[in-house]
Amino acid sequence: MPVIAYREALRQALAEEMRRNPDTFLMGEEVGYYQGAYKVSQGLLEEFGPERVIDAPIAETGFAGIGIGAAMVGLKPIIEFMTWNFSLVCYDQIVNHAAKIRYMSAGQYKCPVVFRGPTGAAHMLSAQHSQSLEAIYAHIPGLKVIVPATPYDAKGLLKTAIRDEDPVIFMESEVLYGTTGEVPEEEYTIPFGKADVKRPGKDVSLITWGKQVFTTLKAAELLAKDGIDAEVIDLRSIRPLDMEAILASVHKTNRVVIVQEGWPFSGVAAEVCFRIQEEAFDYLDAPVRRVTNLDVPMPYAHNLEEAVLPSPERVAEAARAVCYR
Amino acid sequence: MSENLEQDIGYCKGLYRQMLVIRRMEERAARAYSQGKIGGFCHLYIGQEAVGVGAISALEPRDHVIAAYREHGQYVARGGSARECLAELYGKSGGCSSGRGGSMHLYDAKRHFHGGWGIVGAHIPMAAGFAFASKYRKDGGVTICFFGEGSVNQGAWHEGLALAALWKLPVIFLCENNYYAMGTPLERTTSTPDTSQKALGYNMARDSFDGADVLQVRRRVAEAVKRAREESLPTLIEVQTYRFRGHSMSDPAKYRTKEEVEEKKQRDPILLMARHLEELGMPSAELDAIEREVKVEIDEAERFAEQSPLPDVAGVEHYVTVSDDRAKGIL
Repeated sequence: MPVIAYREALRQALAEEMRRNPDTFLMGEEVGYYQGAYKVSQGLLEEFGPERVIDAPIAETGFAGIGIGAAMVGLKPIIEFMTWNFSLVCYDQIVNHAAKIRYMSAGQYKCPVVFRGPTGAAHMLSAQHSQSLEAIYAHIPGLKVIVPATPYDAKGLLKTAIRDEDPVIFMESEVLYGTTGEVPEEEYTIPFGKADVKRPGKDVSLITWGKQVFTTLKAAELLAKDGIDAEVIDLRSIRPLDMEAILASVHKTNRVVIVQEGWPFSGVAAEVCFRIQEEAFDYLDAPVRRVTNLDVPMPYAHNLEEAVLPSPERVAEAARAVCYR
Repeated sequence: MSENLEQDIGYCKGLYRQMLVIRRMEERAARAYSQGKIGGFCHLYIGQEAVGVGAISALEPRDHVIAAYREHGQYVARGGSARECLAELYGKSGGCSSGRGGSMHLYDAKRHFHGGWGIVGAHIPMAAGFAFASKYRKDGGVTICFFGEGSVNQGAWHEGLALAALWKLPVIFLCENNYYAMGTPLERTTSTPDTSQKALGYNMARDSFDGADVLQVRRRVAEAVKRAREESLPTLIEVQTYRFRGHSMSDPAKYRTKEEVEEKKQRDPILLMARHLEELGMPSAELDAIEREVKVEIDEAERFAEQSPLPDVAGVEHYVTVSDDRAKGIL
């Protein structure tokens, strides 16, 4: 099976879906002639031309709104944010327009737009360029929030996102674009709402998503040395959430640590924790713990940034704590 | 061709009747609101009818229309019925948005009337999106985007115009300048009293004219429609108009004098069109007949709204996402 980079997996998904559906277009900053700020869209302008791969000026409210309008009248836009940090300037378009048009019109419209781009910290980019914003999108009914960690997941989920009929918040990572993994040559898609067990185990459930999957897998190796067999669940899909997979794991291990990049207050970990205690309280042998960013804007200095982000050591410590070791 | 239509008594009667339906519907809505039958915000189009009716009369079915929250008039002008509008204001299942939207969120997708939006200025980029889609599909459609002069400071407004000009999108940005952004008069909201002048900043075509004469509105908007359809270029139009009532039903409008309002009522668009019809030879008996017909229509619309049931609470979680709707079997 071919081993390809995460960015190549995304590119394949974009190209395949754009070939499949002529109503699909890609719009964003530097997606065309620059070949993509992170080279995800490399070669797409050459294949599909400037009518379908559109370089936008720096005007997120403008081009997000254009994507929403075009989706309402039947096209399938893929709107790229150079990073999800910049989506804050057009949060109103996404929350008040894309997420609500179907409901407000009692089903007369659908809004099949994909918003995609990298999220989270990416080495010393400082406070405004390092945010993990899944929570403020997952909070909104009408949106779907997808965070793939591997090339295989990225391709399958992006194809599903492009075919999906609702607005999708698709969150990648600068740090993951260069990571590699096996991706089949044959056509495949991954449905939303399905988590993936990245490492089966029996002693503690480590629930995570995005690049923290790799932090968590490293923590699992540390824990293995202590005789603790950790199960790593990669959610992949934040909204809709795969409670079935989460509960299956909790029923087995009785102990949970949620590993989330981003701030603790009202983060996705808080929602997952609530749902676990609501539906599996009697299965828990310890309180649910979470490992998140420290509750601060991201500092620049590399040692401060390291202290803020989850680390394998902090995850392992939390796992030992719920195991009472 | 345009001049022929303006002398065509049948055509003019159609425009007149449509404005009258809007007027009488809005008056009925005001009364219903005072009786507690309509809740929330209700922004009436009374006095501005010529703008929506005139502009939309220049369009074809393949075109797109979007407006802000003072959109009951545009909804009817685009072919929506008074009964479905009133029922929506009443929050009933027979409303055009099945009671889910209310006054600010009227939608009629099959007639390409895309709402109905409550965040000031924020719908402008979506208008550029409809125009983008028409151009992408090469279907020759154009988009008209209505908004008030109070929107033109909003960032979204500027980004929509900037992209429409850059990408040569077939969209008409139509500013209904009624001089008052809620309670704030024009000179306190803008450094550019002629809104159309902002087009210069985008290298965009522009126009500016008085909107009391529905035929003038139609004629001038038709020029912008032609530019959009034939050259795929946007236009920014300012139409001077006036609302005879407050910003909304909650607004006592203390920021302007009764004398000013009475003066403006001398140029009521419906009055002007009635005079034009008389000049074309329509007997006053026929004008009275139209008034009676419209009353019958609005009476029926009000009855429909009253009798229409409230939406079913069991369906309150429908229409959030297409996938959930499919899973629930309602799609």
